[in-house]
Amino acid sequence: MSANGALLEVRNLRTYFDTEDGVVKAVDDVSFQLQRGETLGIVGESGSGKSVTNLSIIRLVQEPPGKIVSGEVLFKGEDILLLRPAAVRRIRGRRIAMIFQDPMTSLNPFMKISRQLMEMTQLHLGHTKGQAYEHAIRMLETVGIPDARTRADSYPHEFSGGMRQRVMIAMALSCEPELLIADEPTTALDVTIQAQILELIKKLKQETGTSVILITHDLGVVAGMTDHVLVMYAGKIFEQAKTTELFARPGNPYTKGLLRSVPDPTAEQGKLYQIPGLPPDVAHLKPGCPFAERCDRVEEICRREFPPFVELTTDHHSLCHFAHEVYGG
Amino acid sequence: MEPENKISPEMAVAEADVRSEESGEVVRGTSLWRDAWRRLLKNKLAVFGLVVVAIVTIASIIGPTVIKSAFGFTPDYIPTNDVRLIRSFPPFTGPNGEFSWAHPMGTDNAGRDQLARVLQGGQISLFVGIISTLVSLIIGVSYGAIAGYVGGRVDNVMMRVVDVLYSLPYVIVVIVLLSMFRSQTPRGQLTLLFIALGSVSWLTMARIVRGQVLSLKNQEFVLAARATGVSGPRIVFRHIVPNTLGPVIVYATLTIPQIMLTEAFLSFLGFGVQAPLASWGSLAADGVQNIAIFPWQLIFPGVTMALTLFSLNFLGDGLRDALDPQMRTT
Amino acid sequence: MFRFIIRRLLITIPTILVVISITWVLIKLAPGNFYSGEKRLPAAIEKSIREKYGLDKPWYQQYGKTMWNIVRHLDFGTSLRFEGQSVNTIIRRSLPVSAAIGILAYLLALIVGVTIGSIAALKQNSRWDYTSMALAMLGISVPNFVLGPILVLIFSLSLYWLPPSRWGGFPSRNLILPVLTLSAIYMAYIARLTRAGMLEVLRSDYIRTARAKGLSEKDVLIKHALRGGLMPVISYTGPALAFLLTGTVVVERIFALPGLGNYFIQASLNRDEPLIIGIVAFISITLLFMNLLVDIAYAYLDPRVRYH
Repeated sequence: MSANGALLEVRNLRTYFDTEDGVVKAVDDVSFQLQRGETLGIVGESGSGKSVTNLSIIRLVQEPPGKIVSGEVLFKGEDILLLRPAAVRRIRGRRIAMIFQDPMTSLNPFMKISRQLMEMTQLHLGHTKGQAYEHAIRMLETVGIPDARTRADSYPHEFSGGMRQRVMIAMALSCEPELLIADEPTTALDVTIQAQILELIKKLKQETGTSVILITHDLGVVAGMTDHVLVMYAGKIFEQAKTTELFARPGNPYTKGLLRSVPDPTAEQGKLYQIPGLPPDVAHLKPGCPFAERCDRVEEICRREFPPFVELTTDHHSLCHFAHEVYGG
Repeated sequence: MEPENKISPEMAVAEADVRSEESGEVVRGTSLWRDAWRRLLKNKLAVFGLVVVAIVTIASIIGPTVIKSAFGFTPDYIPTNDVRLIRSFPPFTGPNGEFSWAHPMGTDNAGRDQLARVLQGGQISLFVGIISTLVSLIIGVSYGAIAGYVGGRVDNVMMRVVDVLYSLPYVIVVIVLLSMFRSQTPRGQLTLLFIALGSVSWLTMARIVRGQVLSLKNQEFVLAARATGVSGPRIVFRHIVPNTLGPVIVYATLTIPQIMLTEAFLSFLGFGVQAPLASWGSLAADGVQNIAIFPWQLIFPGVTMALTLFSLNFLGDGLRDALDPQMRTT
Repeated sequence: MFRFIIRRLLITIPTILVVISITWVLIKLAPGNFYSGEKRLPAAIEKSIREKYGLDKPWYQQYGKTMWNIVRHLDFGTSLRFEGQSVNTIIRRSLPVSAAIGILAYLLALIVGVTIGSIAALKQNSRWDYTSMALAMLGISVPNFVLGPILVLIFSLSLYWLPPSRWGGFPSRNLILPVLTLSAIYMAYIARLTRAGMLEVLRSDYIRTARAKGLSEKDVLIKHALRGGLMPVISYTGPALAFLLTGTVVVERIFALPGLGNYFIQASLNRDEPLIIGIVAFISITLLFMNLLVDIAYAYLDPRVRYH
């Protein structure tokens, strides 16, 4: 199986949604690998399929309307998609934990913070109530909640957004998972808080050695955090490369556009670049490249033929008819 | 319609739709309703409701006339030629126990045709339902629109009043009202019924409209109207209220069966429609007396009524899903 | 919380007085009185009775006396129709009947409605979902005065399983049909509300979090979803109680039960003024306090409301 010792290997994953408008191919033939201890960034606009990809990994896609149509998700060589539900539940939270985008709604408003944390270790580590409570408080301290002991019995609405996201992180890490999936963990937060939360994830990752998948629409976030990056668009991987390589020599016009739209604090003030147009309607994709309508170097072939997934180096791939040209200059 | 009035609905739609710049604004305004209609037609239960409501309504209006020309009797026709014949016939049964098409729902104690009476009762029941809903619509929309538009302390007081009225046993008060002021004429009683039912059914409508108005009144088209010097009441009733139409239609559709049910309940207890007029409720009340011997006297008006309410409810639910998928929760 | 209760009580008490006053005004404004109609008495006797009940006094004295007795002694006077019986006695005697069928009906509706609604939400768009929701719609659409007699027709008059009517004490088999009849519509409403509430909650982010934790579907449902999903049912309880009272009126009528509702109808038909006012006042008080209880329960169950 995973002879190369990858912690997670996704092969040809396809997740489709049945909607009134037709079948939405939210994730369409996505493959990637994650090595132990590594951090992988997945970047894309909303609707690009980056969240659905990760929900598919732990089989949390709502079914119906969603359906994982095909593919393999090998977690330490074991295909999660073939496991029985009970076996998947033993992986969720215990070995693969998730942090979601909106800390305001991701915590149960009717339940004390302490109980929501205790649930994890009572379920997976067989803690007694007392053990779980102490563990919960230790976790809250770890993620930097002041007065953790007195605040543990609060309800989520008594916490600020940043604090709640810290609680989510504490919860996710309380069973020391092998993989942490953070789905836009900072999008809903203030800018100053964003940096704190990212710093926290980075620190905890170094301490525990957990692998991380960081989903974001912000390339700026990816730069300082990740080893590898996937760029997704319309359910496809458009480019994948080492982070340093991707920033230095992008091989896809879409990635280039994204990079240009990251604000550069050193640049003279001027208009921020924006990729023209809107993401395509995934339910009604035309033949050809899904990015063609918005691409600044579009040619006739782009509208006619679906682009190939070009290998630029062993570690760098790009979905484009002109990948080499973009990569070269 | 003034030109300024034409702006508002499309602007409201433009709010909801990011891509409205690409398509013409007027086109989007109409297609909102067309979309809703298309979604409604997709909903089988709603279509079923619509068809049944249409059939019952048409049958109630023309049914008694058709029966008169086909069989020669009116809903009040009592065959008095032979006293022994005056008893309740089962469905599809003639005077001598033979099969007969004359009375598909049988007859009542006086020998009157049940089908004709049920259809005529339908006229009254639907009439009361619709008119009382209109009364509640007028009160509720005005009250809600004023509270929402004026806002502040006035809104606060007006909504407190609604809260308090909500917790009152209004049907009990209506019974007191109807029993005390029992009119001498059936028509008078009917009018009293409209007023009584309408004036207790507007609370939810007022809440819905107020909520809508609150969210609409700070939108650009209202500010634009205000900036061009349109008067307050005119803004409310020409600009804001038309934009609350969706929820109002949905709720009105759901109010009709509620009011019909209350009317039937009152008539059943003897406080509603008076003889010689009859509604489904009063027919059922008559039928209950003979439930052991002549069950069809209760079953036909009762089932017709239940079927109609069932259809109206499904239609209302379907309209709600079609016009505003977000309203589904309640 | 405490201040909230006090504030609500301060609104509740004047509201009750307003309801009593409205009822009083309606009765006085209406033409005729208890003695007009079939029970016409010789003028002299009528006059002495009117004096006895204070009906010969000017309206403001009558109003003042009625209200004073109510406020001061909770005394609603003596029934005109049931001579010699005080309104309080009649209420005390008939309340257990109404309360028994009302409470049983609501409990039954809660248990059945929540169960059906939850299952329908979990199996959304399944055959079970469609069937139970169509049945619920039927429950809302069939008037109880049609349902009741049909149940009697089936279970008493055809199958001879259950007695058709009359009060048989508590508990007794006589209660089954009235409770079923009264309960049907609430069952239907609660099933619909539960389904809608659960569907909304099941789509919410925190349920996804609970699943991501590795909890079983059963734990997700019971520990995380049910509480939020049932909030609409809790808020419905207020209006439901008002509704329940009118429902008992019909059910008591159909099954000839000597409950409050039946007395109320008789009082209204007979213009038995003290009894009308007494029952209206009693029902209003009950309702307003029940609503207060519901609000407190709501605040208790939803921490976000509690700390506001």
